[in-house]
Amino acid sequence: MDVSTPTMPAEPGAGQNDRVVTARAVTRVFRRPEVGAALAAVAIFLIFALDPVSQPLWLSQAGLVGWLTQAWQFGIMAVPVGLLMIGGEFDLSAGVMTGSTAILTGLLANGFGWNIWLCIAVSAVFAVLVGLFNGILVVRTKLPSFIVTLATFFILRGTSVGLVEALNANSTVVTVLNPPAGADSARAIFGGTVGASPAYPVALIWWLVATILGMILLSRTTVGNWIFAAGGEPNAARNVGVPVGATKVLLFVLTALGAWLVGTIQFTAGLSAVSEQGVGYELYYIVAAVVGGCLLTGGYGSVLGSSIGAAIIGMALQGVIYARWPSQWGFAFLGILLLFGVIVNAVTFRQAQRARR
Amino acid sequence: MTGTPAPAAQAPASAGDGAPLLEARHVSKYFGSVIALRDVSLQVHAGEVTCVLGDNGAGKSSLIKTLSGVFPPDEGEILVDGQPIRFSGPREARAHGIATVFQDLATVPMMSVWRNFFLGQEPTRSFGPVRFLDQGRAKDVMRVEMAKMGINVSDPNQYVGTLSGGERQAVAISRAVYFGARVLILDEPTSALGVRQSGIVLRYVLQARDMGRGVILITHNPHHAYPVGDRFVLLKLGQVMGSFTKDQIDVAQLTQMMAGGEELAQLSHELQRVSGDLPAARAAAQALAEDAARTV
Ligand SMILES: Nc1ncnc2c1ncn2[C@@H]1O[C@H](COP(=O)(O)OP(=O)(O)OP(=O)(O)O)[C@@H](O)[C@H]1O
Ligand SMILES: [Mg+2]
Repeated sequence: MDVSTPTMPAEPGAGQNDRVVTARAVTRVFRRPEVGAALAAVAIFLIFALDPVSQPLWLSQAGLVGWLTQAWQFGIMAVPVGLLMIGGEFDLSAGVMTGSTAILTGLLANGFGWNIWLCIAVSAVFAVLVGLFNGILVVRTKLPSFIVTLATFFILRGTSVGLVEALNANSTVVTVLNPPAGADSARAIFGGTVGASPAYPVALIWWLVATILGMILLSRTTVGNWIFAAGGEPNAARNVGVPVGATKVLLFVLTALGAWLVGTIQFTAGLSAVSEQGVGYELYYIVAAVVGGCLLTGGYGSVLGSSIGAAIIGMALQGVIYARWPSQWGFAFLGILLLFGVIVNAVTFRQAQRARR
Repeated sequence: MTGTPAPAAQAPASAGDGAPLLEARHVSKYFGSVIALRDVSLQVHAGEVTCVLGDNGAGKSSLIKTLSGVFPPDEGEILVDGQPIRFSGPREARAHGIATVFQDLATVPMMSVWRNFFLGQEPTRSFGPVRFLDQGRAKDVMRVEMAKMGINVSDPNQYVGTLSGGERQAVAISRAVYFGARVLILDEPTSALGVRQSGIVLRYVLQARDMGRGVILITHNPHHAYPVGDRFVLLKLGQVMGSFTKDQIDVAQLTQMMAGGEELAQLSHELQRVSGDLPAARAAAQALAEDAARTV
């Protein structure tokens, strides 16, 4: 082979290394997808800390509990929804599932008078089945999960409302009047609070646990590797032996289980559930994940970022109330954040693409 | 390569009786009305490089995809060590020590070099019942393997998408070399590469051969195939047009069989146009032009 002719100009090794280093300095900032979300969170916190109207409440413990109580509902779901998005899929049924599981638990408790823990367990099984249904349908049909889970969304919404009204004398609220066995312990574990004034919801611990477990799963385990690959380049992943389909199904199941956890927390708090509970929240989860640095097209993102994204939503929605701005400003806020998040993500992605030669 | 997490570590089931490591027997593959492969047979022996040559759409990639478990053949069979086998997927082929560099490289751009390297075959470490990625070892192994290929990875966390084409190719190749304990399949590994990188890849092929592995090399370029190949299989429109050992054929005959002179002249012309100041590239264009003249 004459490929190494001496006339070829030798490439100076040092020069090449310099190039690597400069390229890295630029990309390093972008490599942590949650950085943008963290900065946005600080900025929003400061806005309400500096606003003279919201300031006193915002900086008090009660104010903290206020926005955290908003945030955990998004936060627990932002973890699996973020993972799912990194895995390249959406779940539009995630919001209504929080309501469906709560309603199922309530109807079982009312109808059969079972121990509440048994009702919760049956709901968990139901959640796993819905997750399997979504996942297997998406993987088998190769249809966009957007459309498949939109169908699930309508099915669940219709059946929950229909069931509640049929079994509940046309009321849209399921209330368990005679607390069955286990109600107190279930409340302590899920829907309870810690402390007196202000009372911190136990759910915050669940949020923290979900975030930490999600972070470990994504960055420290084999399955985490597969999640990135399944969302980033499913064909390539399959060709090197990644069980892409199974990974995606697992993510749908985790999302459904996350919804079950939220539903269980909400149900055990007051032993009641509302038929349209959670409807529309799926979009907040997606906003949290995107603001948190997850790429809509999959393959890139962060669990911590998604959780921070949820905190941002909580702060924005609660902050405008403290500041006595018209509440619609909260949504405008979210819209701007979403745009910001999407643009940062797009820049990140292009950064990686452009560096290719 | 001790302590590899790879099934690569499995001892060769060397029957020693010369049964090919990997074999396709009368394999056909259809995509709807397209006949991608028709009655194709091919053997991969230990310590030998089998070159598969042919035009675009000849069915080369389809052939190696059936051999690496991406899809099963519609007719015919795949044999490993003389035993018929039906791979459930690429994962199972890998478990038999068959590793492939696919034409599209099968890397994930937004994942780091070390994650890509071990994708699908991650080394783990147990903490009680839970198994975690063994990141330290993964990075070490990756660095060592890439260094063997002459590439120093300064940052194992760098995204593969930010690597140069050649570096990315090197990741895919070194990964395949690491896991392909028995058979290494390379689908046009030199297609996207510069002249110098092509030479490096061809050197890897020879190294793998010298380690006693079976190698399948797919290329359009007879000047790449001839120096390293032991056997040459020519595909055309999904069929085997000829099968030769090195002493049955010379590079000019090989070229002639692969393509008509006009196409080569065209190729040479284009290469000249893009070669710029690279003497080696211009020399290659020159060589092609000569081939073209010879085959007309
Ligand atoms: N998944 C598929 N679906 C439909 N047709 C396919 C598929 N894969 C390959 N083909 C067809 O099979 C034929 C052979 O394709 P193949 O990729 O094996 O060719 P090749 O020899 O590798 O070509 P190239 O040199 O361009 O890589 C082509 O006509 C192609 O269009
Ligand atoms: Mg091909």
